[in-house]
Order: sequence, then C-alpha cells, then structure tokens
Amino acid sequence: MIEVQDVYFTYPNGVEALKGISLTVKKGEFVAIMGQNGAGKTTLVKHFNGLLKPSKGRVLVDGTETTKVSVATLARNVGFVFQNPDHQLFSETVEQEISFALKNFGFKENVIEKRVTWALNLLGLTQYEKTSPFMLSGGERKRVALASILAWDPTTLILDEPTIGQDHQQKEKLRQFILQMQTQEKTIIIVTHDVEFVAECNPRIMLMRDGKIVADGEGKEILTNPEVLSEASIVLPQIAEIFMQLSDTGLPRNVIDIYKAREILLKTLEKNPK
Amino acid sequence: MAVIETKNLTYTYPGGTKPSITDISIKIEKGEFVLITGPSGCGKTTLCRCFNGLIPHFYQGELKGEISVVELKVTEHPTYEMAAHVGLVFQNPENQLFALSVEKDVAFGLENLGVSREEMRKRVDVALNLTGMYDLRERSPYEVSGGQQQRVAIAAVLAMQPEVIVLDEPTSFLDPLSARKIFEVIYELNKKLGITVVLVEHRLDLTAKYADRIIIMDEGKVAADGETRKVLTTEEVRLIGVGIPKATLLYQMLRKDGIKLDNAVPLSSDEMANLLREAFKTGD
Repeated sequence: MIEVQDVYFTYPNGVEALKGISLTVKKGEFVAIMGQNGAGKTTLVKHFNGLLKPSKGRVLVDGTETTKVSVATLARNVGFVFQNPDHQLFSETVEQEISFALKNFGFKENVIEKRVTWALNLLGLTQYEKTSPFMLSGGERKRVALASILAWDPTTLILDEPTIGQDHQQKEKLRQFILQMQTQEKTIIIVTHDVEFVAECNPRIMLMRDGKIVADGEGKEILTNPEVLSEASIVLPQIAEIFMQLSDTGLPRNVIDIYKAREILLKTLEKNPK
Repeated sequence: MAVIETKNLTYTYPGGTKPSITDISIKIEKGEFVLITGPSGCGKTTLCRCFNGLIPHFYQGELKGEISVVELKVTEHPTYEMAAHVGLVFQNPENQLFALSVEKDVAFGLENLGVSREEMRKRVDVALNLTGMYDLRERSPYEVSGGQQQRVAIAAVLAMQPEVIVLDEPTSFLDPLSARKIFEVIYELNKKLGITVVLVEHRLDLTAKYADRIIIMDEGKVAADGETRKVLTTEEVRLIGVGIPKATLLYQMLRKDGIKLDNAVPLSSDEMANLLREAFKTGD
C-alpha cells in the first residue's frame, strides 16, 4: 500500500513540482496517472520508491516512511521502470542486464537462470540474450528495461510510459501481463499519455495538472469526461469521441470499449432495418 | 520530382548478423505526407538514418543499393550538407540536444548555415512559438521535461526550413493534446509550404488522418505501400499486427456484421461519427 500525505516537492533549481498531493493506492490496485507534460507525474512516482523524498509531507510504503529506509531496501518491493530506457541500461548483454539485480538481491544461481529465461521469453527478447542492449531498437530497449525489473518479481510495479515505442502486439502483451499481475494482487502504477491503451485496460485514473491531482476515479468515468480531460491536456479515446459526437442521437456517452460500442451500434442499427 | 528515392537499399550495422533493412525501393514525391509504421524493430529508424546520411557517414556497417535525397546521392554528400535539406527529429530527444539554453539549441543549425542575425532571430522565435516553447527559451534543455525536450528538437528542425522533415516518433513523450498540436503544425507546414513529411509512428489513432500514403515495414522489408485508407483495411496489415485506428477498426467490424456503411474508410472519430449519423438517417 502506498500512502501520500500532503506532499510538496521543490527541485534544487526552485521549480515547485508537487503542490500538496494526498492519495492512497491499495495493494492490488491498478492505477494510471495521466496529465500534461511537466504536471509532475514522474516526480510523484519517484516518491513511491524513495528515489525522491518529499520537501514537505510524508510518503509511506507498506507503512514505512520512505525517509527512514534506503532506496535499495524499497526497491526489493517497488520496481521502477524509467520512461527512457537509456537511463537504466548499462550492461554488455541483455542477459547480464536482467541478471544484475537478481545477483544483487542474492538469488541463487539456478533461480537467476530460470528467471532470466522467463523474463526474456515473456517480453519476446529470447533471440537477443547475448546482444548488447545498445544494438537494439528504442522499443526493444524499453522491453529490456522492463524485463530486468520483472525478473525480481516486486510486489509493486511502477511503469513510466510503458507503451512508448511499442507496437500494437507488444502493447497487447503488456496489457495481458498487467491483467495477470492483477490476479496475483500486485500493485501496478503506470504513468502514461496513451489514452487508447488506458481505454483498453480501464484502470483507476488520476489526472494531474500543475503539481496537483485534479481528478481521481474509474477509467470509464474520466475518459468520457471531455472537460476534465482537456484540463489535463488529454484527448478522448476514439470510441468515446465517436459516442460523444453522436450523443444527440440518443446513444450513451460513457462508452470506451470497442466491443461494447459494436454491441450498442448493432442494436441501434438493427432496430432500423433498411 | 522524387524527394527521396531508394533502390534495393540494404544495410547491416557493424557486428550485425543480418541486415536491418533489406531491398528497400521507395520513391517519395515532393509535398507528400508519408507515414511509416510496422512492428518494433522492423527497421523504421534505420531507414530514417539513411535519409540524412547518418548511415553511412556516422554509423559504419555495410550499405548496399542506392539512395538519393533531393537529387543528392547521400553516400557522396556529408551529413552536414544533407542537414540543410533534410531535418531529422529523433525518437529520443536527449540524443540531439546539447546547448546551454533551449533557444541556443534551436539556433545552432542556423548558425552553422551562416544565416543572418535578424533572420535567425525571426526563425527561432517562429519555431519556438509554433512548438509552445517560447516562454521556456532561456531554460537549459536538460531542465525541461521529456515532452518539452521533444518540442525543442522539433523546433530546431522547423527553424531550418528544410525541404524534407523526417520525424521518428516525434511526440512519444508528449501529452495527447500537445502531440495533436505538433502534428497539426507539421500537417500545416506540409500543406501550406509543401514541405515533404516522413513520419514514423506506431500510434495511427493520432496520425493516420494526416497521411496521404502509408508504408508498412516488417522484418526490414516494405510489406505494404499505398493510399492510407486502402492499405489499412488490407489483410496483410491485420496479419502483421499494425494497430489501426479504433474508428477504422469499428468500421470494419460493423461492415463484417453486415451493417451498411458508406465505402469511405474512416481514419478518425469525426469521420466515423459522420458515417454512423448517415446510417442512422437512412435507417429511419
């Protein structure tokens, strides 16, 4: 569980990035944090694993205040995948990259081997086991960064812009993976701009603007509310936009799922057969 | 006039076991807006690196076949010469920013071209305004957010006013509203000034509606190339697993269900909403 209590954060250069944030993420929740560039999303999630400490207020991870423990201790439970994989990757081969943290956490050799194989396979990287991460494409490097965190199986996973550079199939795999993690009661927090991805996952959404949380609620509610979205520089997902534009014809407004959309439209159009 | 022309272009990175792009033959005409997409690792970025000569001048490796851009053979003209004609916006803005301030970064290319001070002032301001970075012009490019860095990189290219702009996922770090604004700026430059645009993107939801033409790559090869509306509804595209816009997908699903909708394939929610509105009317 992550508890944020009236947190303020000011960078050394004087930029006030968080201005009084309070929130609770319960164990097993799936949360998407969205909002315009520079709203403080990344700054906020860096507080969840102690990479940043509040200038004012408190952050508690599973009841422990982040100022009282080292980042290394927190990292065992809270895995953080950066927006830019190049901030995270450093090893000579993909396999070494993934096994690095496992070695540091003191996993046994045979367990390390199995976990590396599992993570490579999960993210479609098996063929690159002996390749340098820097030889790979942007999207592939992003997956190596994710694999290296997943391998140690943290209970909370923070993914900063996980869908950047990912194609449709990789995104679908990521979605399936998140669903699977949900069944194991893992807490997942993603920072993202990808409205279509969020519409497919339907998590709890927190919208940020200018260092504050401006909306917090169920995905379907927030993604179909154009006023609240535009305040956070987010656009409606396409399905929601189609239904909103047609709301004068009597169609419901709160539709984000394409299959639901098809069902409703089939009913509407079959009522009026040609 | 072909602005970009490649013939059997094949390239292997140093130490690579197989080519990253194979046998690419494409011709992009002046004023076209071309979208390049395909699975991650399919060679899109590699192809872009050929367009301004980063391959073969910066990346060694083995380049076979022919490539000319604005009728210059890329292999025979150094990157700095190509840069006056082709602006490249990278996927990762950190790979391209380096100056002490946002403004200096945007002016750097112009300084190298020997543009006059007044002209430089004008172009830099226009580019900073178009990308919404004017108020942050004094900041260090390393102090601003990832999305803002992407805008600086785009501003730097816009200021150069090149004949061709090649953008490799230029808005991936940007919030959707800012991304939409940037795409609209690029679209306007294309339509009003006739600047040729080559855009690499996965997010067709945001971009398909701007493109006259789409090139789909798979495993280093061109898998499909043609008019956007036609290509996006082909079977190959479905099999490669390209994420077509939800509006287009919904249209296809309903057509398959036997619903009569106009033949004009929609690329945006506006277009799909209009088609449905028509269908509701005829049903009455």
